[in-house]
Amino acid sequence: MPEKAKSINMYRKMLEIRHFEEKVHELYGQNLVPGTIHLYAGQEATAVGVCANLRRDDYITSTHRGHGHCIAKDAKLEKIMAEILGKKTGYCKGKGGSMHIADFTIGMLGATAVVGAGLPIAAGAGLSIKLRGTDQIVACFFGDGASNQGTFHEGINMAAIWALPVLFVCENNLYAMGTRQSRVMTIENVADRAAAYGIPGMVVDGNDALAVYEAAHEAVMRARQGKGPTLIECKTYRHKGHSRFDPATYRPKEEVKNWLTKDPIPRFKKKLLEKDFLTEKEAIQIEEEVVKAVEAIVKFAVESPYPAPEEALEDVYTQKEAYK
Amino acid sequence: MRKITYRDALREALREEMLRDKTVFLLGEDIGRYWHGAFKVTKGLAEEFGDERVRDTPISESAIIGVATGAAITGMRPVAEIMFGDLSALAMDQIANQAAKLQYMFGGQAKVPLVIRMPFGAGVNIAAHHSQSLEAWFMHVPGLKIVMPSTPYDAKGLLKTAIRDDDPVMFFEHKLLYPIEGSVPEEEYTIPLGVADVKRKGEDVTIVATLYMVHKALAAAEELDRQGINAEVIDPRTLVPLDKQTILNSVKKTGRIVLVTEDCKTAGVSAEIAAVVAEDALDYLDAPIKRVAEPDTPIPFSPPLEQFVIPNEKSIIKAVKEIVY
Repeated sequence: MPEKAKSINMYRKMLEIRHFEEKVHELYGQNLVPGTIHLYAGQEATAVGVCANLRRDDYITSTHRGHGHCIAKDAKLEKIMAEILGKKTGYCKGKGGSMHIADFTIGMLGATAVVGAGLPIAAGAGLSIKLRGTDQIVACFFGDGASNQGTFHEGINMAAIWALPVLFVCENNLYAMGTRQSRVMTIENVADRAAAYGIPGMVVDGNDALAVYEAAHEAVMRARQGKGPTLIECKTYRHKGHSRFDPATYRPKEEVKNWLTKDPIPRFKKKLLEKDFLTEKEAIQIEEEVVKAVEAIVKFAVESPYPAPEEALEDVYTQKEAYK
Repeated sequence: MRKITYRDALREALREEMLRDKTVFLLGEDIGRYWHGAFKVTKGLAEEFGDERVRDTPISESAIIGVATGAAITGMRPVAEIMFGDLSALAMDQIANQAAKLQYMFGGQAKVPLVIRMPFGAGVNIAAHHSQSLEAWFMHVPGLKIVMPSTPYDAKGLLKTAIRDDDPVMFFEHKLLYPIEGSVPEEEYTIPLGVADVKRKGEDVTIVATLYMVHKALAAAEELDRQGINAEVIDPRTLVPLDKQTILNSVKKTGRIVLVTEDCKTAGVSAEIAAVVAEDALDYLDAPIKRVAEPDTPIPFSPPLEQFVIPNEKSIIKAVKEIVY
């Protein structure tokens, strides 16, 4: 178990993600969020458990369901929210939106919305680390659906043969959009695929922040020591549907109910209370602080200006002059 | 000035940039010490720079480009080789959706200093999966730059510039060009992107040609000269950025233009250049724009079939004579 201050910070991060996502849900109900949204609520233990092992100069890659990864890697909530609302003050100046948030100053190498595309890119960041001779590592988040893409095979294989410092973190939330895992894989554990690349595969309870932390800790140690990549499968569940208008009727009610009893946040809180890292009163206070902070960043994001329309022509190439 | 081959010119560019900048490294299938690349461009480089910087990869085009992209956004300058241009289709998401778009999607935070080299072109009887000219695919993807050198001099100078560029650069070579020789100075030089080269001055008609077609256009121009037609031959050298001004200036002088490219005619590069001329210089044209390109077929295997579809001196001369009268 991580020491007290770190554990409490993990708890705070999980609450930040949950309240942030609830706020996003609320804002799109008010038609303030353009486009679609893929909420991370329910999977907080995975992002936080992994990122609690990372340094500021370590890298992560993310997916269409990426708000939680950003928050766990210490990205600024107000800049994430502003980006989700399409504002100029957002991380990508309104060019990326919910599915493409990046913060290169903290090693958040961005979210790709092409399922599975992040795996080779993460391997490439790992190769860069190896060639530059630093002891950074990369955590690459992706879902169960991505593990059926060719890029999963190509990316992990390359990372394996070159012993690159990458954690491949599969967040198995059981459904790729509306397709249940059992309909598209004959195996129960994505982590079993690690054997094909000769690397360790681990299956962990993705709703148990400590279990994720411990597994990631081991994988991070291996990676930093130059022993190569690990495939960690975190079994988890999204609380909401796949995207904005998805009522998720393809999920049996009993299944949803069962997973909601395994909500990672109360579970982690219970552990902190048991460990005497936290009192009930302190826990309530942290949550109140988080709620307040999220309110403040919403105000910032909502009040921020939109980019000027002609900014659409900028950032295609590094040189200022556009190629027309 | 000394003469070296296109292949050697490319190798010199790679070597000089690797010596100059430690972040430059090469990756691709069989480019290392056991094979030196399908066209031997990387011969001797693994021996000189080691297997880490001249990196053989598995046959995984998508991951070659993805890995190169990931390395590029974290401080390296990879030069990825795709063994045949046709195989770029396997890496299309990583090229067109990832490398090309990261900088834009992330609001300018990501720089992607990546060069992707690959040979195009028909003429060596290796059929539909090893002979295409696919530059038009990439010209339609904002965020990519496109270089197509036709001579050893251009190949070296442009490759050095491409490696130093902070954007992803598609660097298209032609398999028939590797053995051709040309003058290349011993001393350091680079060629800026976006500057066309007038390969032959002329007054009667403008011929714009790319890659290997530049040589066929020049041969056609010689023959036309004997017949009293004085053709100007322009090699854009880079399609993105495209030096429109040099082409337009020439059209304004000659009033006639023939576009010669080895890609398929429909929605090909020549269609784009024709549209530029039509938009910006229509009033200067004394005759219709002519296009000489491959018909819309896959590249066939059998020599007479293959030769039938590749533009040649005769088809260029024919097109010129249709508008110069």
